[in-house]
Amino acid sequence: MTAQVITVTSGKGGVGKTTAVANLATALAADGRKVVCIDGDIGLRNLDVILGLENRIVYDIVDVIEGRCKLKQAMIRDKHYPDLYLIPAAQTRDKNAVSPSDMIRICKELRPDYDFVIIDSPAGIERGFRNSIAAADRVLIVTNPEVSAVRDADRVVGILEAEEKGTPSLILNRLNPALVRNNDMLSAEDVLDLLGIQLIGVVPEDEAVIIGSNRGSPVVTDPRSRAGQAFRNIAKRLQGQDVPFMDLEQQNAIWSALQRLTGRK
Amino acid sequence: MEQITSLVQIKGIRDGLLATFTEAPWDDQRIALLAQIDERPAFFQGARLAMDVGLQVLKVNDLVDLRDQLSERNVVMWAVVGESPTTNQTSQLLGLATRISKPRPEEQRQFANTISDDTALFINKTLRSGTRVEYPGHVVVMGDVNPGAEIVAEGNVIVWGRVRGMIHAGAKGNRSAFICALDLSANQLRIADEISAMLKPQKDSKPEIASINSEGRLQAELWHSGIS
Repeated sequence: MTAQVITVTSGKGGVGKTTAVANLATALAADGRKVVCIDGDIGLRNLDVILGLENRIVYDIVDVIEGRCKLKQAMIRDKHYPDLYLIPAAQTRDKNAVSPSDMIRICKELRPDYDFVIIDSPAGIERGFRNSIAAADRVLIVTNPEVSAVRDADRVVGILEAEEKGTPSLILNRLNPALVRNNDMLSAEDVLDLLGIQLIGVVPEDEAVIIGSNRGSPVVTDPRSRAGQAFRNIAKRLQGQDVPFMDLEQQNAIWSALQRLTGRK
Repeated sequence: MEQITSLVQIKGIRDGLLATFTEAPWDDQRIALLAQIDERPAFFQGARLAMDVGLQVLKVNDLVDLRDQLSERNVVMWAVVGESPTTNQTSQLLGLATRISKPRPEEQRQFANTISDDTALFINKTLRSGTRVEYPGHVVVMGDVNPGAEIVAEGNVIVWGRVRGMIHAGAKGNRSAFICALDLSANQLRIADEISAMLKPQKDSKPEIASINSEGRLQAELWHSGIS
C-alpha cells in the first residue's frame, strides 16, 4: 500500500477546507479505505471539532516533531470508522513549530500503511500553507462562488504551478443554484472559466453541513443530504471512479423538500 | 572556512538583512550563506533577508529550495534582486519582491541602456492573481490576465486572451503606447499617466485596442485591421 497524499487548500479562509477534509476522509473511510487526516493549521486547530474527536487529544503533531511521542500515539482513531485517524494540530504553538521537511517525513512514515493521507491546510499562502503542500501528491482547491474567494484560489493555483506541484483540482463549495439562476452568484462555468483547472466536485449550499460540523458528525454520514452526496461523489472520484456530476440546476426548494419527505436522494 | 563564508556578504539594511552574491556557482554560495546563518543562529533568528544575486540565473527550484532551508532556520526570504530577466520572473512567480527600498542607481541605468525599444517579453501562460510582470519593453501574453494580476510595461502590451487584471502600458510616460487584447474587460487600464476605470464587460467580446486618443483620453475601441 502506498498512500496518496492529498492537500486541501484555498487561499481564502472560511470557504470550507476543514469541512471538506472531514467529509472526504469520512467518505473514504466509509468506502473501506484506510485514511489519516492531518490538521495543518497549527495554532488554530478545528478539524478535531468537526470530526467530533476534540476530547480525545493527548498528543499532537508538534509533539511528534519534537520527539515527545511516537507518530502512532498522536493518531486518534475515529469514533465510527476504525480505519480513520486524525493527527491533530497543536493549539498552543504557531506555524514555525513545523517545517516542510517535517511534513514530508511524517507523510513518508504514513505512506506504507494507509491509502490516503489528507492534509488540511491553513488559509493564506505563508509558512503553514507551504508546510501543508510540501508532501502533497495531489492538491484540491476549495473555493466558493464569490469573486474574492475565486481570486485567492487563482493566486494559490499560480503558486502551485510556479512551484511545479502540478495542476490542482477544484471543489466548488456552497453553490446556491437558485442564486445562480437569477445571476446573483457566479456559476460553476464562470469559476472554471477563470481558474482553468479541472473540477472534481460541486457541493451545493446545505444547512445540514453546519449542523453536522457542530455535532461532530460530518454531513456525508447523512444519506439524505445533497451536500453529503456531493462529498461522497468526490471521494469516489478520488478513488479513480468515474461518477457523473449531480444535476443541481433542476433542484428547486419545493422539489427537494418533497424528495426529502419521500426519502429519495 | 574563511574562504567559503566570504563568498556571500551579509549586511544590515533598513528592511532587514541583505545578502550579496557573487558570480561563483550558485550551490557553493547557497551553502556558504546557510553556513553563515548556522554559525550565529541567534543573530539570524526571525530575520528578513533580501538577496542581491547579481547576474545569477535562478530557476524556481533554486529559490524554493533556499527559501525552505532559510525558513527552517526561521529566516524569511522576502526579496531577490538580480539582473537576469529569468531570475526576476522566477521571483515574481514566487511572490518575492524584486526591488528593495534602497535603489541601485548605477546598475539600473546600465540595465536600461542595454534594452532597445523593440524587445518584447513573451509569456506563454495565463497570469494568475498575485503575479506582477514588469518589463522595460513590450509584453506579449499568450493566455489570460486574471483579476489581481498586473503587467507594467514601458512599451505596448498585447494579450491573446482575456484581460481582467491591471495593465499599464507606456509606464515611463510613452503616450503612444497601446494595449490590445481579444477581450479587454479589465478593471483598470493605464497608458502613461492616463487611467481608465472599469471598461464595461461585454457578453460577446471582440478584440479591442486601447490607446490615448486625440483629446488625450484613454479610450478602448473595437479592433479592425488598419487601425494604426
